[in-house]
Amino acid sequence: MNTGLKKRFGNAERLRELGLLLFILVLGAAIQLRNPAFLRVSNLMSLFTNTSILAILAVGMMMVLLTRGIDLSIGATIAFSGMVTAMTVARFPQMHPALAIAQGTAIGTVVGMVIGVLVAKFDVLPIIATLGMMNIVRGMTFVVSGGRWVSSYQMPNSFKAIATGRTFGLNNLIVIAIAVYIVAFYFMNHTRTGRRIYAVGSNPSAAEVSGIPRRRLIFLVYTIMGGLAGLAGVLWVARFASAQGDTAMGYELQVIAACILGGVSILGGVGKISGLILGTVLFGILANALPLVDVSPFWQLGIQGATVLVAVMANAMVLRNTERSALRRRAV
Amino acid sequence: MSESQYILEMRDITKTFPGVRALDGVRFDLKPGEIHGLMGENGAGKSTFIKIITGVHSPDAGELLINGQPMEFKRPLDAQKVGVAAIYQHVTCYPDLNVAENIFMGHEKVTGPTRRIDWKSMHAEAQALLNQLDANFSSTERMGALSVARQQIVEIAKALSFNARIVIMDEPTAALTQHESEELYRITDGLREKGVAVIFISHRLEDIRRLADRVTVFRDGKYIGCWPVEEITQDKLIVAMVGREISQMFPKRVINIGDEVLRVENLSRVGFFRDVSFDLRKGEILALTGLVGAGRTEVCEAIYGVEPSDGGRIVLEGKEVRVGNPLDALRVGIGCLPEDRQKQGLVLPWEIGKNITLPSLRTFSRFTWLNEQQEHEAAGRLAQKLSVKARSIFTKVFALSGGNQQKVVVAKILSRSLKVIILDEPTKGVDVGAKAAIYEIIGDLAEQGYGIILVSSEMPEVLGMSDRIVVMKEGRVTARLVTSETTQEEILNAAMVVETEQAAAQAELQVVGDAPSETEGAR
Amino acid sequence: MEDTKAPEIAISAQRQWSWKEFFFQWEWLLVVVLLMVIGVNTWLSPFFLSLDTFIRTPATFLDKSFIVFPMMMVIILGKIDVSVGSTVALSAVVMATSYNAGVPMPVAMLICLLVGTTCGAINGVLIAKFKELSFVIVTISTMMIYRGIAFIILENRASGGFPGWYAFLGWGEVAGIPVMMLAFIAVAVIYGLLLHRTSFGRVVFGMGNNATACRYSGVDTDRVTMTVFTLAGLMAAITALFLTSRMGSTRPNVAMGYELEVIAMVVLGGVSTNGGMGRIAGPILAIFIVGFLSFGMGLANLQAPVVLVVIGLLLIVSVLALRVRFTVKKKKPVV
Repeated sequence: MNTGLKKRFGNAERLRELGLLLFILVLGAAIQLRNPAFLRVSNLMSLFTNTSILAILAVGMMMVLLTRGIDLSIGATIAFSGMVTAMTVARFPQMHPALAIAQGTAIGTVVGMVIGVLVAKFDVLPIIATLGMMNIVRGMTFVVSGGRWVSSYQMPNSFKAIATGRTFGLNNLIVIAIAVYIVAFYFMNHTRTGRRIYAVGSNPSAAEVSGIPRRRLIFLVYTIMGGLAGLAGVLWVARFASAQGDTAMGYELQVIAACILGGVSILGGVGKISGLILGTVLFGILANALPLVDVSPFWQLGIQGATVLVAVMANAMVLRNTERSALRRRAV
Repeated sequence: MSESQYILEMRDITKTFPGVRALDGVRFDLKPGEIHGLMGENGAGKSTFIKIITGVHSPDAGELLINGQPMEFKRPLDAQKVGVAAIYQHVTCYPDLNVAENIFMGHEKVTGPTRRIDWKSMHAEAQALLNQLDANFSSTERMGALSVARQQIVEIAKALSFNARIVIMDEPTAALTQHESEELYRITDGLREKGVAVIFISHRLEDIRRLADRVTVFRDGKYIGCWPVEEITQDKLIVAMVGREISQMFPKRVINIGDEVLRVENLSRVGFFRDVSFDLRKGEILALTGLVGAGRTEVCEAIYGVEPSDGGRIVLEGKEVRVGNPLDALRVGIGCLPEDRQKQGLVLPWEIGKNITLPSLRTFSRFTWLNEQQEHEAAGRLAQKLSVKARSIFTKVFALSGGNQQKVVVAKILSRSLKVIILDEPTKGVDVGAKAAIYEIIGDLAEQGYGIILVSSEMPEVLGMSDRIVVMKEGRVTARLVTSETTQEEILNAAMVVETEQAAAQAELQVVGDAPSETEGAR
Repeated sequence: MEDTKAPEIAISAQRQWSWKEFFFQWEWLLVVVLLMVIGVNTWLSPFFLSLDTFIRTPATFLDKSFIVFPMMMVIILGKIDVSVGSTVALSAVVMATSYNAGVPMPVAMLICLLVGTTCGAINGVLIAKFKELSFVIVTISTMMIYRGIAFIILENRASGGFPGWYAFLGWGEVAGIPVMMLAFIAVAVIYGLLLHRTSFGRVVFGMGNNATACRYSGVDTDRVTMTVFTLAGLMAAITALFLTSRMGSTRPNVAMGYELEVIAMVVLGGVSTNGGMGRIAGPILAIFIVGFLSFGMGLANLQAPVVLVVIGLLLIVSVLALRVRFTVKKKKPVV
């Protein structure tokens, strides 16, 4: 009896992913009807290029959410890593772009490690620890830059090429995002550490009893999240060719929203890379294709928020319904 | 004989926690291929004892020998290495992962230089373990999709995957139906045949009788004795656990039973119970019994409005009432002592007084403004009436013993003026002394004219306390009995009449056949 | 076990006074910190230590304080509301827009309160009726939605031009005391009484500790949740009234990040994020600590970003310190 009920849940999960795909197709078709430029290769490429930073961050956020955590500091980390890296390349224009990427990633990793210590070692609620770090890191960004911007002309071309150059005919950002996804897919599905991250979120106390290093894994996910945010900071600054104190303000919300659209549960343990791809693509369309159909950019925030709310509520309703019908089938 | 006759030996184990001596010079031994029952009331020290074997706690004093070798477990992993595995009452699984992963979590199979997970061989081996246990589900199923019984089978498979030689089962049958218990018995028997030593902890005498070779009893953190199961009667076992004869425990009084106060007609809730009808009179104690999972608690939750019914009527003193939530129930005069005292009954970090007045705050407030003086007086009166043992009503509830906590929950109910009181397993997890006190209180309540619904799985309690008995099985009422004219056999029969599987029925009859001595012990 | 043998002593209904308990309170630490902040400020500027400072300066930071109390209640309930900043923005924007569309100012102010209350009520209903959704996800999405609507209405424009008397709210004084100070005192008193002297407050604390037990005890838990969140929305609208009055105009990105500062003050005030604990005095002290600290940093010519860093640090340090306090307390044997 119970089995049937839970099996329906499993189906509901698959159904959700299918529904999301369907929604993306319908949305795409609708936009295409209004503006035939939408499905042009150049437009799609720019859409994917614009979405790749979000997609990279979503991987880290998924890991954090899997452990029942949340990271609100990544917008600030992006700004900080981007700012410091931009200032460095402005000072040393000969610096190799790879080194710049490494520097930014390292900065983000350190920020992530601090959060990791707070959450894993001292049991600070993730929402509180990351809110605090968000302030600290954002403030530090202003402090190191003295409130000034690093603009396009101060950055060497080699640095800007990180986001404009191509590899295998694809924009570098897309290539980096694909690489991150391949590594993440392997990590989450085929390594012990990856599976144990799921275990920790699925049942933290059981993980502790069976000798899984829960705290170390929690530390790890925040560190990875920080590293990816650092990487994203460099990419962001290279792409927009400017580093400002308020870069990526509030971006964490969009990343979390993309994860949730992709089926990652904020209650931990549930979330797949495949769903994440769908979620970020949908979010990319919402963020990039709306201007094509003459929707003012000022509508974006509201539409994104509403999409998230509708998605989670629809999901909840579907689950309630399947539960009810499963109960009805149960013979008493 | 040499010491190595035992796979596990524990001598003079003592463990003290701040303020409590949990274990006091306890000993225990276990032979390979033996099922050794461990019994004792709640608080007897069983859980601490297990935690010492599994390396969660280390003892303050005493020796632990595995195959005659002294051992010291610093971490759970140390115990695991020498082949100790524990299966807990509340299954500690990962609901979002599949069965194979659950079995191998912590010792996954890896392959190649990258040490990636070898899914193929993990599933193959998991399936082999499941087949060995005659389980008919696949290793690719999601753990959360399985029933509790199947999850327990997975836990046993997990133990086997470690090549565990000592398996500890902590009240594994508590959440299982009779059918599922049978399955568990069979699997546990299978373990014995493989030479695995099992420590089987249970409150159910029939578990021990069915399975165990020997039984050890703890009481108040002390070792009381160890007997071969066939050499000890149930009476003696109870005396060992309880420390005295149970016979004086039921002060059934002669009470004038009045008019009907509550009538339930064809109450139903989709998926849980159907067409439940009974009536209750003033001063009457109506026992609602049946196996765990028969829908007793769900019926109570429907009458109390926690999870409202979706069909049928609740008639209180001749008037139909609608109960959509507990607030409605309390308003019309139905109170409930919930099954889980700590989660549903009490705000643990709060003082006794605040807990007692929580359901009746309205009485002490005018336009939500509280009159604390009045509140304290009322709380003090109720605490006194139920003789809650504590320094003052400002003592925090978490510092009280189980029995005293239960008294506080009863005091909460009495703070409202009620007509019907539902008591869902009121003596669960309460030590024996307090049990008697609670029976006393139940008797008092009936005398005061409350109609009482007593939900209980304990036969002595049902037979000793009630006037009439309603038996449920799989969501339906299977018998309405008058206590003075019935027997334990009749109740058990109604609770688990098995039409389909003759074998299981046979097994249960055996249990029933053994049971009367328990009833006599209760009288 | 032992209490069965103990002689029967009647349970007392008298509370025992304990000096140790009295001094072992978080609030004393906050008092010390506040005095230190005042000391440093005095050292920085000899003009700081005057009656005027304590009566007039607070008006520079009190606008947020109106959300501190409802946020405290939300956190005691065991939840967090991150949408309050957006609610402030939306109510302010709707008020300004409707005034500029010809609605009389008093009516526009009422609309402001109505919008805020509605925002809060929506949060409350969603959280109470969709228990499977976490409060984090609900308030994060409404945070986006409310501010999103503000952006849709005003895009990136500012709206102002309010009648002269409206400035009185933010800048006016009654008998030498700023209106905001008076309003703050009133709100603090009301919330203090509501939390500690009424059955509603009692139930909020109870639900923060164990919502299930409260439901079993006949508490209408859904209604309490909805009320607490609705109050948070109403108070955010009140903040919007004062903030807009002080600034003279409003924009959709107003009050960004208020939720963090407010949560920081509540936590610094000794309110546990696990719910069910906290006293009104803590957050009141925390408001003044944070306020005077920012003010002092202004005296020392430190810029706003440094203040950001300090508030973030304060939040984390106080959570860590609270944790230490609880571990110390736990080690003591219970009765």
